[in-house]
Amino acid sequence: MSVGDYIRNSQVWKSIFRHPAPRDRRNRVVVMLTNVFLHLHPVSVRKSGIALSYTWCMGGLTFFMFLELTITGVLLMFYYRPTLEHAYNDILMLRDVATLGILRELHRWGAHAMVITIWLHMYRVFLTGSYKPPREFNWGVGVLLLVLTLLLSFTGYLLPWDQLAIWAITVGSNMARATPFLGHEGPGATFLQVGGVPLIHSGSDARFLLLGGRFVSGDTLLRFYVLHCVAIPLAVGVLIAVHFWRVRKDGGISGPM
Amino acid sequence: MSGTLDHSLQNGLGVYYLLVALMNVGFALYYQRYAEPRKPASATLWWAVAGFFALHAVAYGIFHAGWIMPKIIRTTVDRFADPISYTVLSVVGFAALLYWRKPLTRPQVAWGILMFSLLLGGWSFTDDNFRQIVAKEDNVPITMLIYSVGFFTWLGLYRAVQNDERMERGEPVLEKLEDEKVLVWPDLVYTELICMVIATVVLVVWSILLKAPLEQPATNAKAPNPSKAPWYFLGLQEMLVYFDPWMAGVVLPTLIIVGLIAMPYIDFNREGNGYYTFAQRKFAMVTFLFGFLVLWVVLIVLGTFLRGPNWNFFAPFEYWDPHKVLPLNNVNVSDIFWLQWLGTSPATVTFPGYSGSQLLNVIWRELPGLILVVGYLFVLPPLLAVTVFRKFFIKMGFIRYFVMINLLLFMASLPIKMVLRWSPLNLKYIVAMPEYFFNI
Ligand code: HEM
Repeated sequence: MSVGDYIRNSQVWKSIFRHPAPRDRRNRVVVMLTNVFLHLHPVSVRKSGIALSYTWCMGGLTFFMFLELTITGVLLMFYYRPTLEHAYNDILMLRDVATLGILRELHRWGAHAMVITIWLHMYRVFLTGSYKPPREFNWGVGVLLLVLTLLLSFTGYLLPWDQLAIWAITVGSNMARATPFLGHEGPGATFLQVGGVPLIHSGSDARFLLLGGRFVSGDTLLRFYVLHCVAIPLAVGVLIAVHFWRVRKDGGISGPM
Repeated sequence: MSGTLDHSLQNGLGVYYLLVALMNVGFALYYQRYAEPRKPASATLWWAVAGFFALHAVAYGIFHAGWIMPKIIRTTVDRFADPISYTVLSVVGFAALLYWRKPLTRPQVAWGILMFSLLLGGWSFTDDNFRQIVAKEDNVPITMLIYSVGFFTWLGLYRAVQNDERMERGEPVLEKLEDEKVLVWPDLVYTELICMVIATVVLVVWSILLKAPLEQPATNAKAPNPSKAPWYFLGLQEMLVYFDPWMAGVVLPTLIIVGLIAMPYIDFNREGNGYYTFAQRKFAMVTFLFGFLVLWVVLIVLGTFLRGPNWNFFAPFEYWDPHKVLPLNNVNVSDIFWLQWLGTSPATVTFPGYSGSQLLNVIWRELPGLILVVGYLFVLPPLLAVTVFRKFFIKMGFIRYFVMINLLLFMASLPIKMVLRWSPLNLKYIVAMPEYFFNI
């Protein structure tokens, strides 16, 4: 008996994998049904749908980037404190002292890559007309994922707390003060007043809500940190679950009728 | 030619040209050994191209020859580069790509275009100003974006052209040929595994080669010039040149999101679902590709590489001089109407018969522009419904048509405002009510 057979016949192995190796047709079906992660997939799919030249694997790669960012993100959280006192220095430490010196790079370039792969995924879905019935709703779920992905990237951009960070966020969030009615420099805001007292001013408008202050400050850092590390990833996780579920319920990856 | 390129840069260029040469070797070998039928003439061509790149590799990597892109090319490019020529060229290129999609997506033609761009990129990289911008850490994704979008645009159009030709001949589309079911294990899980391994390798190599940027600690006291949003928002920031923040930063982005979500419900064309095609869905293809490629990607590239201090335009080989001043003499529709036509200053215009309300006065002053905007948004849609979009209107019904036409008109408002600005009119605002932050 080879070592491999010995391991595969052990009680431990059998308790984990409840069937023989996926070498024949039956077990290749069983493996998909008994493993919770593989179970995201159907058992069999149309050949044209999984061709690389058809899907470009872009949805898969987007998901991979999300997982990679979750893992490296958790590791980064061990080193990083979202306060004016520590944020910048923690990033410096990460650069100069921490072992595995490419943690920050993996996270940053992964984030850039995810923005690119999600655009390409959407591009593919468009070019193959896969948003057409019955997949209209899942396209909409995808658009929300796109928005959340950009927001994830945007909130993360602030965290290093260097010049690049706060000014990019300042430029980006300046838009919010021009929100119609809800921004203090937005059209219509001047009309929202009670007895001559304006309701919308720089201390109460959309930008203030976003930043937690009149300008990018320590409160903004905390706000963006929580959004970046907890709120948005959770929302993305839930929507990805819906997205994958619907890919299957809508009849699997699209193909000609 | 002796240059000022330092040795490590030259070694990098050497490696770059070597890789490009090897790509061409592979391409040539394909035509020589594997293509059915073999194409020796093509193979010879790509061998020659490989040799040409290999020559560069040797010159930089071994002899450190320090070749620099000829000055005359750089100054010529810079002389003709401005936002107008850049955008117009992009649109012309886009139109040409769609119109001549058959010849342009032929593998050898597409490859030739790719090689030309790689050569141009390599040459340009020897220019200090060009290199400083393109090699910035956070700008590297843009280069990846350009090449990956280019590649996948080619792939999508190539397959669409093939399918269209097949359908013309009455054959089934390519996707139909692989209609049978296969097991996910092994067919899909292995593909996924390989994709994951490749993605991991790419990320690790990228992370080792390129450090994440970290600038000086944040301070509210001193804004860098230019201050730019993250690169994926630079298309929106570029729109700020033509629109006020409430449009460029709030209304238009919201409409992009809404429009994307609405798209499947607007597109009533049931053909082209689940396979690549151009001919069966021309309108959808042209509109979406124009939005994604021209209004999104092209503007991001412009905002990243060609916009410098004070958001001024800088040609590819131009130094980003913070003191560059460009004359701005933009006029509004109200200036044209009151000042140029009627000879009164718009600032003194008051509502006829009653001048006590600032709001009324401002509305009166801006009436010509307001009429234009109202006409654009409310008169144009029904007009189009009975003319150009007649067939659409009948098929779509009122609500669908109404949503689509509004999205289209808002999308078109950007190119329209660009053209108005560049035209001899120099038009800035159609409606200018800075008193109420309401400028269009
Ligand atoms: C976090 C972001 C996203 C993830 C992880 C994701 C993942 C996936 C995966 C794995 C698939 C299976 C087929 C494939 O790989 O192409 C898929 C299909 C699909 N995705 Fe996404 N996606 C995301 C965002 C989007 C976006 C932004 C859109 C469009 C706006 C979108 C629309 C769709 C549609 C309509 C399908 C079904 C396509 C078909 O059946 O051919 N998704 N997605």
